Amino acid sequence: MKLDLSFYDKKRSLKNSFALGLVGFLAILGSFPFLAVTFYVLMKGFSALDWAFITQLPKPPGEDGGGVGHAILGSFLIVSVASLIGIPWGLSIGIFMSEVKKKTPLFRILRFVLDVLVSVPSIVVGICVYVSVVVYMKAFSGFAGSLALSILMIPIIARSSEEIFKLIPDHIREAGLALGIPRWKVILKILLPGCKGALITGLMLAVARAAGETAPLLFTALSNQYWSADLTKPMASLPVQIYNFAISGFENHQRQAWAGSFVLVMFVMVLNLVTRFILRDKNHGSRN
Amino acid sequence: MKQVVEVKGVSAWFGSLHVLKEVSFSVHENEVVALIGPSGCGKSTLIRCLNRLHEEVQDAKISGQVFLEGQNIYGPNVDAVTIRRRVGMVFQKPNPFPGLSIFDNVAIGLKLAGVHNKAILQERVEECLMKAALWGEVKDKLKNPGLSLSGGQQQRLCIARALAVSPPVLLMDEPTSALDPLSTASIEELIAQLKKTVTIIIVTHNMQQAARISDKTAFMLNGELVEYGRTTEIFTQPRMEQTERYITGRFG
Repeated sequence: MKLDLSFYDKKRSLKNSFALGLVGFLAILGSFPFLAVTFYVLMKGFSALDWAFITQLPKPPGEDGGGVGHAILGSFLIVSVASLIGIPWGLSIGIFMSEVKKKTPLFRILRFVLDVLVSVPSIVVGICVYVSVVVYMKAFSGFAGSLALSILMIPIIARSSEEIFKLIPDHIREAGLALGIPRWKVILKILLPGCKGALITGLMLAVARAAGETAPLLFTALSNQYWSADLTKPMASLPVQIYNFAISGFENHQRQAWAGSFVLVMFVMVLNLVTRFILRDKNHGSRN
Repeated sequence: MKQVVEVKGVSAWFGSLHVLKEVSFSVHENEVVALIGPSGCGKSTLIRCLNRLHEEVQDAKISGQVFLEGQNIYGPNVDAVTIRRRVGMVFQKPNPFPGLSIFDNVAIGLKLAGVHNKAILQERVEECLMKAALWGEVKDKLKNPGLSLSGGQQQRLCIARALAVSPPVLLMDEPTSALDPLSTASIEELIAQLKKTVTIIIVTHNMQQAARISDKTAFMLNGELVEYGRTTEIFTQPRMEQTERYITGRFG
């Protein structure tokens, strides 16, 4: 007797369309917060966004115009120095975690510390740097801000680079060793170029995260109303400037807080896009 | 003929697992030696003991002696790095270094050993790619990534990479098991060419391949070297019953 399965086929295809629809809907829903934030920030801040905004100093409350040029410069300097400290440091830890052969107690302690550090609230990091650096030096400084941000970056970079190095199959390492190349050179000259693209993505994410942090800068770099490139002095930064504008209560400052937010969101987005673009170019033709 | 590799009573462990038991044999210059035997019998471990790669695995241990051109590579004050420069290795899965061009994949062994003269590198890369029968296919795209090549080409690239540091001995760990029949044939042809200049020890699961390409064959079982001799003899009149049962496919 021939079984008629068409009923089950219909049921199956119905289920399939339902599941596909649901997944698609959730995917669109997932990108909604990003679109909403960007759109809202742009709408609110667009009127204050002009050339002066990114090149000039803030005007006193009530006066129109002015900008946050000093804060953009400050953010750039603070994040650059934080990257100079955090990237080599985090990368070294990541390589150590992935490439060291024996799982010693030191390894286990490091793993635990990194896991905790990733989830430590950023304001706690700020307080620690305040107590250990700002109080000790008796001065708020851009450098203290960089230090706080680098402490936030290190665990992120370490974990991401560890995972990336672990993705490289062992026979690649062995092929290097079998050529008579010392282990450290295998790591730096063979493994590192091989996963450069993925590593850079991880680094950029950490940089973007640091660039958007407010809390650790509040009592380390503090802020500054004027242009300053001196890392030993208090320094303005975009997130803190936004915070100060937002709580100021003056209408034009609040508008500029939105515009500053927009600049920050754009910075993070452009950083991501640029990385993606570089990666697509670099990894052309590679399959692993 | 000169003895190039001499293995004396080598035993190896992974943790408490005893994978090689007192293996001894010797290989002469320009010979091709095939290691055959069922999976897990210790063939790969054995060749990894010949370039001191075994010790790179966590909890791995080894005892015994291995002489490379008369020098005990497990002797005191012997640096594994210099030994590995004299023993090339080709792996089961083609593994060009990701992120490196075809040229750099071949040149890297020399570069990292301190050779920076462009002309020498150029000449050496060309020579090795020719030896590996790959030059004609890649000479116009040396800047392309090594990983852009096909599987068979990648494996020949790996052979060229191993040859670049001019090792007297080349170890091959099932070099054709991931390749199609045509690529396999080209690698086998290559082995016949290479044996003029290097001594080759090859692990293979393919007994026809062992019969085709090797001068001597070693049959291993459960970590022991059961029989070692001329390939023609091993395949036509093996002395041990286990060998006969394995090569005739009546094993186990």
